[in-house]
Amino acid sequence: MPKVKIPRKSTIVDMTAMCDVAFLLLTFFMLTSNFTAKEPVKVVTPTSISEFKIPETNIETILIDKTGKIYLGIDGQTHRINLLKAMGDAYKITFTKDEMKRYSVRATTGVPMSRMKAFLDLPLEQIDNPNAQQGIPSDTTTASEFRQWVYYAKMENPQIVIAIKGDKETPFPVIKTVMKTLQDLKQVRFNLITGLKEVPKD
Amino acid sequence: MAELNTGGGGHQKGAKKARSKKLSTRVDLTPMVDLGFLLITFFMLATTLIKPQTMEINMPRNDKVDKKDQTLVKASKSITIILSKHNKVFYFFGEPDPKTGPKPEVIPTDFSKDGLRKMLLDRNAPIVAQIKELKKEKDRTRMTDEEYRKRASVIRSGDAAAIVMITATDDAKYDNLVNVLDEMQICNVSKYAIIDLSPIHKQLIKPLDN
Repeated sequence: MPKVKIPRKSTIVDMTAMCDVAFLLLTFFMLTSNFTAKEPVKVVTPTSISEFKIPETNIETILIDKTGKIYLGIDGQTHRINLLKAMGDAYKITFTKDEMKRYSVRATTGVPMSRMKAFLDLPLEQIDNPNAQQGIPSDTTTASEFRQWVYYAKMENPQIVIAIKGDKETPFPVIKTVMKTLQDLKQVRFNLITGLKEVPKD
Repeated sequence: MAELNTGGGGHQKGAKKARSKKLSTRVDLTPMVDLGFLLITFFMLATTLIKPQTMEINMPRNDKVDKKDQTLVKASKSITIILSKHNKVFYFFGEPDPKTGPKPEVIPTDFSKDGLRKMLLDRNAPIVAQIKELKKEKDRTRMTDEEYRKRASVIRSGDAAAIVMITATDDAKYDNLVNVLDEMQICNVSKYAIIDLSPIHKQLIKPLDN
């Protein structure tokens, strides 16, 4: 019997096509992704079964860390600059162009107005230190700085949606003060940012 | 795997002329593909996992409301939930602000499945049953999501629905509040409000809260 010759085939596969696909996908993901801006403190949000996604634009984030410090930020750099200008006018502080620029690149900021100028003048390596920000002073009186921030943010962008991002361990009185202030300003519809939890079966 | 014809090495027979060797231009792309997919994985994870969920709440306005516009809370339908330190929860039925009338019985519970949720599902049983029916109907027929939501909200605001007052002591945490609001969604309670802690509430939970 004659031997059947099995032709030896090369195992090398042309990778060019696969490489093309991989980089195409990579480009797509790079262009569509938008990273969350760095926050001054790490906040662990509570979980809920709610599945609504937060909108990406016209959002005002109120960040509350576990010690009760309040930070606030709105989206859009021009909005941020205008907001800081308005707050500066209200507190009779003029900011330089440089300071405004530095404010506008920060997603959330929590500094009392009296220290805002000093904070924005900090050198780069100190500005990201979590202890550099003391939180926005808040109480339920009409003169509280937090109230002013929320008020001017609404003036700056009337379509703004308020989202509260609180830490799990935040003491309730702080949350209550924030909610009261929002209520006083007739901002009765707001969002609580939460992580996702599985819906329990009934 | 990169194909470079280096011609076996050593002396080649019959190679009389010093010919420039033809090198294959094929380069092995495997590592590049690896890198590509690694980066894809990174961007996929970085984009999809960061989108946070949100829970929308509506607070009542602080403006003065006309007496006739106010919804009167039926004492028989009302539940008051008090949050306290160490994730403790207390509740009582009846008058939300028990200045008058008999002192309600305050019951301690927790956030487990058999705690607060069981009580709420019990108290809100007619609504829960109706929502279940609606869900079944939705599965059977081709009901749109919008119609389902509309009908569900009508059911939830029905007369038989439980009314929940949520309040908390200063020792409670934000997590507790979110958990309770979550239970409201799970148990189909749409009539709820976050109210201030009154001295009477404090007094009621005092013997149990330590």
